[in-house]
This record gives sequence, C-alpha cells and structure tokens, in this order.
Amino acid sequence: MKATATHATTAAARRRFDTGRIVVWGGYALLFAVAPLVFTSNLDRSILTQIGVAIVACLSYNMLLGQGGMLSFGHAVYTGLGTFVAMHALLGIGDGSFPIPVSLIPLVGGFAGMGFAVVLGYVTTKKAGTPFAMITLGLGELVTAMSLMIPEFFGGEGGVSANRVVGQPILGISYGPQIQVYYLIAIYTLVCTVAMYAFTRTPLGRMLNATRDNPERVQFIGYSTQRVRFFSFIVAGFFAGVAGGMYALNFEIATFEVVGAGRSGLYLLFTFLGGATFFFGPIIGAVLMVLGFALFSEVTQAWQLYLGLIFLLMVMYAPGGIASLIMMNVRVAAYRKLHRLWAWYALLAATGLFMLVGVAALIEMVYRLQLESGSGSTLRYLGFTLDTQGTASWLGALAVAAVGFVVFELVRRRFVRAWETIEGEIEATAALKEPAS
Amino acid sequence: MEFFTISMLNGLSYGLLLFMLSSGLTLIFSMMGVLNFAHASFYMVGAYIAYSIARVIGFWPALLIAPLVVGGLGALFERYSLRRVHKFGHVPELLITFGLAFVVTELVQLIWGRTAVEFLPPESLRGPAFTIINSSVDGLHVLWGAAPAAMCSAADAAVRIVCSPFPATRAFMMLVALAMLVSLWLLLTRTRIGLVIQSALTHPQMVEALGHNVPRIFMLVFGAGSALAGLAGVIGGITFVTEPAMAAAVGSVIFVVVVVGGMGSLAGAFIAALFIGIVQSFAIGFDYSLMSVAEALHLSLSPGMANYSLLKLSISQVAPIFPYLLLVLMLIFRPKGLLGTRED
Repeated sequence: MKATATHATTAAARRRFDTGRIVVWGGYALLFAVAPLVFTSNLDRSILTQIGVAIVACLSYNMLLGQGGMLSFGHAVYTGLGTFVAMHALLGIGDGSFPIPVSLIPLVGGFAGMGFAVVLGYVTTKKAGTPFAMITLGLGELVTAMSLMIPEFFGGEGGVSANRVVGQPILGISYGPQIQVYYLIAIYTLVCTVAMYAFTRTPLGRMLNATRDNPERVQFIGYSTQRVRFFSFIVAGFFAGVAGGMYALNFEIATFEVVGAGRSGLYLLFTFLGGATFFFGPIIGAVLMVLGFALFSEVTQAWQLYLGLIFLLMVMYAPGGIASLIMMNVRVAAYRKLHRLWAWYALLAATGLFMLVGVAALIEMVYRLQLESGSGSTLRYLGFTLDTQGTASWLGALAVAAVGFVVFELVRRRFVRAWETIEGEIEATAALKEPAS
Repeated sequence: MEFFTISMLNGLSYGLLLFMLSSGLTLIFSMMGVLNFAHASFYMVGAYIAYSIARVIGFWPALLIAPLVVGGLGALFERYSLRRVHKFGHVPELLITFGLAFVVTELVQLIWGRTAVEFLPPESLRGPAFTIINSSVDGLHVLWGAAPAAMCSAADAAVRIVCSPFPATRAFMMLVALAMLVSLWLLLTRTRIGLVIQSALTHPQMVEALGHNVPRIFMLVFGAGSALAGLAGVIGGITFVTEPAMAAAVGSVIFVVVVVGGMGSLAGAFIAALFIGIVQSFAIGFDYSLMSVAEALHLSLSPGMANYSLLKLSISQVAPIFPYLLLVLMLIFRPKGLLGTRED
C-alpha cells in the first residue's frame, strides 16, 4: 500500500500479479479474520469492532486532509449524521416501516453522509486552506447546536437508541452476538479500505492530489479546483457516513456528542498521528485512537495530556506521522543501511524512556495532588511509592526528568547527524542509479 | 426602554470583549498568516493566572501582571514551536496551535482542577455601576451605584417600578477595552514600532532588507496578541465563570468575528465583534418563536404542526447558532468578509 505518486507508473505496479500487494492486502484481510479468534472476550471483540469503525472514519477523513490538503474541523458532522439516520432506519426496521436487512444499515448511513456532504459540502469546498478550515468549524458548531434544538430527530440530551436484533434473521444471523456484528463490520471495513485505496488511483483521486499541491496549475490545465474538492468531499462524506452507520450498529445509541467538535478534533488528531501522507497512516491512527480510549484511559487519568504533548512533538519533529517514520526506515532498510541505526535507536529509546519516567512521575503527582487528593498523598508508580507531600519524591522526579532531557537531547543531536549522513549517501546512490533506469 | 438600554450596554460590553480577543488574533493572522487556534486558550490562561496572583497580592496588580505573563508564554511558544513548523506550511501551523489548545485545556485542569474556581471581582467592582429606575409615575431616571430597595418598590400597587442594574464589571470591561482600542490604534499609527509592524504586514522582505529583525517582530506581535487575550481573560474571568470550558465558549465565536470582519482587518473585526455582541445579547431577551408569530397572526395550526419543536424554538434558544449562521452566510456571499481585502 504505497501511495506515493512516483511509484504508481513504474513497470512493477502495472504487472497483473503484484505479489507484494497481494501479501499486504491478504495480510490485512487475514488480520480481520483472525483477530476475534485470538481475542475472545466480549470487551476485546467490542474494541475490535470499534477499531473497524474508526479505520473507515479516519481513512475518509484523510481523503480530505492527506489527499486533498483540506483541514476539516467538522468531519464528525458526516459520521454523526450518518449515525443518526442509521439509527432512525434501524427504528424503521423495528416497526416495519422501512423493511431492509439490518446488514445494509451502514450503507444507509453512507448515503445519508453523502447527502449531507452534497448540501453542506457545496458551501464548504468553495474555499481551500484556512477559510475551508473555518467553514468546517462553523458548520460543525452549527450542527452541534442544532442537534440540541431538534429533539425529534436527535433525541435531545438522551439521544436516540434502537435495537439491532430486529427483522428476520438471514441464514441464522441475527446480530445479537457481538461476533456477528464484528464480522459484518470487518467486511465493510475491508471493502471500504479497498474502495478508498482504489479512489486514490482514479483520475479524480489524482486530480485531488494535484489540487492539494498546485491549485493554480490545475486551473490552468482547465480543471475547476472547486469541483474537484466538492466531488472528493462527497466521496469522503459517503465513507464517513458508512463509518457512522457501523457505529450505530455497534453501539445501538447515538447522542449529540457524535456530531460534536470533540469527535472531529479526535479524527484530526489521530489521522495526523498515524500519518496523513501515506494511505495506511490513518489505519495506524484509528487503532491508536480506540486503544487509547479503551486501554490508556484505564492506566492514567492524564492520558489526554500525554496525547496532546505527543501530538505537539509530532507536528514539530515528524509532520508525516508514524507512517512516515516507518516508511523512512523502510527506505533506509531498502538500501541496506538500517543496521547502522539500531544502536542509535536503542540509545534514543533508553534515554527517552528515562526522561519520560521523570516527566510522567511529575505529571502523575500533580494529578494526584489536584484531582484525587482524597485518595491519600502516596501513589504507586512503576513499582515505586511516591509521596506528593514529601520533597524527596518531587526532587527525585525532577532530577530524573532533567537528566533524562539533557542526555536525550545530546543523543538526539548526534542521531540527527548520523541520519543525515545516511540520507546523503542514499541520495547519492539514487542519483547514480537514475540515468540507468 | 430600560430593556433596550441594558441590552445594548450588555451587548456592547460583550462585543468589546470579543474585540479585545479578536484584535490580537487578527494582528497575528495578518502578519503571519496563522489563524491561532490557541488564542482562546491564552484568554483562559490569563483568567487562571490572574486568579492565582489575585489571591496573593490582590486584583489590581494581577490585572497588570497576568497579561504580561501570558504575553511571555505566547512569545515563547512562537519562538520555540510555531517558528519551527513555519517551513512546513499553513496546515502544520494550524495543527500546532490546535495541539496547543488541547494541551492547555488539559494543563489548566491539571493545575487548577476540573471545576470552576471562584474568581471574584475586587470590592470596588462588585454590585451595579448604575441603576435605571423606570417608574410609571416619575418616569425614567438613572442612579449611580445600587439603588436602595425602597426606591424599587412602590407602596401603591397601581404604580409600576422597574429597577435595571448594570454590573460594574461590565462597565469596567467596556472601559478597559476602549482604553486598549485607543492605545492599540495610537501604537500602530503613531509610533515607530507601529510603522515597522504595519510595513512588515505587507512587505516583510523589504523591512528585513532595511535592517529590521522580522522574526523578532513576529515574536513580539504574537506575544502582544497573547497578552491582549490574557487581559481579556482577566476581565472575562471576573465577569463570567472561570472554568476549563471558558476557552471553548469564546473560541469559535472569535473565529467568526475574524472571518466575518474580514481576515486581517482590525476595523472589520471591531464592527463584527460589536454586531455579534449586540445581536446575541438582544436575542437572549426575546422569547418569540415562529409559533407565537403564528398565534399573533391568528393562524390556526394543526395539532401535528403545533407539536413540532422547530416552530416552538424561541429566538433566545436560537441565539447560540446565530454567529455560525452568520459565518456560513458571509462565506457564501462575501468570502472576503466585511472589510477584508484578501480572498483566502
């Protein structure tokens, strides 16, 4: 799944049977098939289902952010409205007024998302860049505020809830057990991932990349950048709606929060963390998002603070996200130079971890002091007992953090130099190869 | 009449607060092309820092120190974070301020707790600045300070007396905002540094060639903009509630102000801020809905129609969405804003 344009037209990519691609997609499908057999508890399977939903949502978001350069602050409008329409469709199946199979609910959400994207997207995509971001923000706030004003559709504060075990079971599938829902959503996720990847290879997908990179030139060639953005926005709205429909099936409840700015912000945050410049980046981001909410929030109260700090560092030092970090190392490995970096990575990890231990101890102690002072002044932290009243704990944590920072920064600077040397060598080799091909 | 006056004054004071916030945002935007998502976070930090300082040395020193601290923080952020991502383009710049807003909200909850803190105005700003007394016998007159209870109640049931107090904090808000407005205008048009800033807006390369350190000017402007937000935060903190949600409460509205006024136009931001402030404060006072209009016109509605909630929504309930509606309409019909010059 390499999405860089330069690789697209090489002879290898045109081969009918690209083994690499088959292995990647086959592995992806296999992961979905095998995962619930490994994680068998209901909670695990629910988390897996949520991951499927999040993958489609983040991939559809990246259609705007990564492929179109459109920074949207209101993507949850389309996933959320998809969820609400899907909920009403589910209610309709229940009382017999809308007789369709339950398995088609995500598609209903998809068409709802698409419909809203046609109406709202026309306004939104008139502009690119900062005004685009502002309009999405405004529309997001508008829809959130409206959702509390129209209780007929949005159910007010309590939201809309429905039962997914309705209608006639088809082939014994009633969607009662979580595993059945999981496999339905896994299939949708797989199909949507393939479809969205295919979209990047269509003329529209290519023009979207061109509109992101050089809108002026696109207009000179005779395309309307506005129309390219609009059509892509509709496609993104469709997949967002599918994700919303899957959400409805999984949770069977929709509150006004599903259209809110908070959720839009999370899509942005995690899509970026995963990596907006590569197609598979948002998949990493989506997995992190669900795991973050399900697991990290159990470990520490302050996890959103850590998340924000990681995000800031990522924007500053690795604007391509986790995916770009992976791909950079893959490139180094392709030139057989990765072995020179292992020692550096080990050093970076060790010093970084040391610094992190200190910083995290400080943050955890402040949290204990502020938010849960009722549960005593001592807290267990990585096997140590810290006392928020004692100076020793504070000084110790501070010293660890400071020493860690200094050492890490020293190592990091050396590492950057080593990295640049290797990059230079690779560039030189690549330049030598260029005339030959 | 007293409803009109009080609503107008409330609207004006809220509008001026919005302008205090959006003036910094506009300056930063027109200079660096960065729409600072964290601007409202600086507003919140200003309120919280002033709260902490005020508990130690009193409100008036805090009013001076807190904006300076916030300005320093803003300058540091520009120097060490924003400048670093500047070379990556506009989207990472937006993203880093978005990330900062996220982190600041968490940090504020970490340091000051998740619930609202009790940030009270100083003794001299408590109570009303003046009271409008409307009596059906004596007519309308204005009294400085609070009106004694005896004047607001009539012994005779036939006489109707309404007292409408106007809070001193709101008056103070207007005073500070106007003082700031005038000094900002004098600074930008009458001083040397103001002229350098103005020219750096349009011709940064030329200003640099003339020997001015443009990145440092950027840092100063960012710091000054944050300090203005901090000042607004101190005043907003004593007037409204000081809580972790206060940034989100004004955050999107000031974006609306900047976009509606025209990106980078201070005068446009001023008009838009006042307009939004006034319309919102008036809308809260009106309790009319489409339903009541229909009743006034003697239209009979079917029972199904009468139960439909859209018709029952009163203007005061719709007021929160008004700014966003205005934003969307503005972007459709006049994308460059009221007084803006650039299209994007």
